[in-house]
Amino acid sequence: MTKIALNLISGRTIHQGVAMEAGKEKDAYTKACGIIEMDPSDLKKLGAWRNTNVRVTSPYGSVVVKAVEATQGPHPGLAYIPMGPWANSVTDPNTYSTGMPTFKGVPIEVEVAMNEKVLSSVELVQKKCRGEV
Amino acid sequence: MTKVVPDVICPFCGTLCDDIEVEVSDDGKTIVDVYNACAIGAEKFMHTQEGDRVTRPRMQQPDGSYKEVSYDEAVEYTAQMLVKARKPLMYGWSSTSCEAQSVGHEIAEKVGAIIDNTATVCHGSTLIAVQDVGIPSCTLGEIKNRADRIIFWGCNPTHAHPRHQSRYSIYPRGFFTNKGHKNRKVIVVDPRNTDTAKMADVHYQIEQGRDYELLSAFRVALRNEELPDFVAGIPKEKIYEGAELMKSGRFGIIFFGMGVTQSLSKNHNIDNAIMLTKDLNEFTKFSIMAMRGHYNVTGSGQVLGWQFGFPFCVDLTRGFARYNPGETSSNDLLRRGEVDAVFVLGSDPGAHFPISSVKKIAELPSVAVDPHITPTTEVSKLHVPVAFVGIEVGGNCYRMDNVPIDARKVVDPPEGVLTDEEFLTRVNKRVGELMGVN
Repeated sequence: MTKIALNLISGRTIHQGVAMEAGKEKDAYTKACGIIEMDPSDLKKLGAWRNTNVRVTSPYGSVVVKAVEATQGPHPGLAYIPMGPWANSVTDPNTYSTGMPTFKGVPIEVEVAMNEKVLSSVELVQKKCRGEV
Repeated sequence: MTKVVPDVICPFCGTLCDDIEVEVSDDGKTIVDVYNACAIGAEKFMHTQEGDRVTRPRMQQPDGSYKEVSYDEAVEYTAQMLVKARKPLMYGWSSTSCEAQSVGHEIAEKVGAIIDNTATVCHGSTLIAVQDVGIPSCTLGEIKNRADRIIFWGCNPTHAHPRHQSRYSIYPRGFFTNKGHKNRKVIVVDPRNTDTAKMADVHYQIEQGRDYELLSAFRVALRNEELPDFVAGIPKEKIYEGAELMKSGRFGIIFFGMGVTQSLSKNHNIDNAIMLTKDLNEFTKFSIMAMRGHYNVTGSGQVLGWQFGFPFCVDLTRGFARYNPGETSSNDLLRRGEVDAVFVLGSDPGAHFPISSVKKIAELPSVAVDPHITPTTEVSKLHVPVAFVGIEVGGNCYRMDNVPIDARKVVDPPEGVLTDEEFLTRVNKRVGELMGVN
């Protein structure tokens, strides 16, 4: 199975903001934030169609999200997961004595995970806390 | 007939828009529509009206499900938890009023807690940098009326502060900027071609995490010194041009966001951005401002500042205020397992902290005070729903430029739901009784 290495950043999107205020337990929040925005050239390297579920793995964790084409690209080599529990499942918690985790610039590997499901925010966090995923 | 409540303050982002109009039903009980707000702000107002709100506290059961309890039981659990804990963490405070923050700080002082706000995962590095080198800043009104060079560095207000550009930074016609955006030159520095970058005159698509280098390069270019051919992926000619563009303005402003505060180098990126601003003041008038996220995170820093002397990460466990980010900051405390109870109000660390920290919250006695259902409330032992500040109860808030604005109440909260301040006041009273102090 092809795996590609990318540099991950996270941040706000308007869809993340609207879905968050509408309720983080709802589907719209998963649709807005349980995604990874990738450059078309990286999707090609991965051999994945748009809107395919992928597994993102970093030295700090792993999560399944849906791969979509970058909306604010091009940015080859860079991947973007909107801020939320999906991004934070793989983000770098090291603060280097500043109190601030390193949310931007996390080395990740992405592979196709067609048959795995993108969990909802509450499900994801509860299962992570119980050590089930 | 519906009526319109004018001049409502939007309780979403640090822009704290003060021109929202809310249409309420004839009896004044329900919100029918919202005008002037951005998509996010409008959603926040409308969400309060949905029937799916939790209106009574809920306690987690051994099987993980939640059972409804009374506010009295919730107050008792919270007070007992805080009094029993040796080192409780009281985190959040950014989505609530300054009045509620103040009551929270009273509790923290009594029980010897650590108080931290969302700056810890947002502009905490900015606050450290400001303590190191100071900050030449201004208000958003000055920017609207005077600024003709606008720099967005590592921030994307089109998505995060949707009305910032139309109210203050790019489009408004001000006193000395009466041609609106035609008077202004906009520079965006971002590793992505963001929707903000698409509106800019110049976009520097910087290599991610190389902000310190590019900031230094601008400082070199201002002095007309030699640069290498490329810095952070940007050709030197473009950097010299950018420096000239900045110098040629009458009033410039650098807005910066998470792109610099959360990338490696963190506070040092901001140090350098502030020093660039200082250097630019040799040529023209320049200011710099943090794009604060929550509508009252600035207020939390202010209230902590005037009460304890530090803007976040305040450790009161020894009976006096200590401050040492890296030691007294939420994520470091949680990861190292140094706290034994967690109280969250006006924030959602469950969604916005690294998962390693969230796991620790789930293991500890924990209370989440939040009007919404969030990943935090769903892993905490107790969820206390409260009224929305700025919609169902008024209160003081600080805009991103440190201007205090009183938020207004528009409608009543659902029957029997307490406000943050009421809940905290009751907890404070009970804590006082348990500890035998007032």
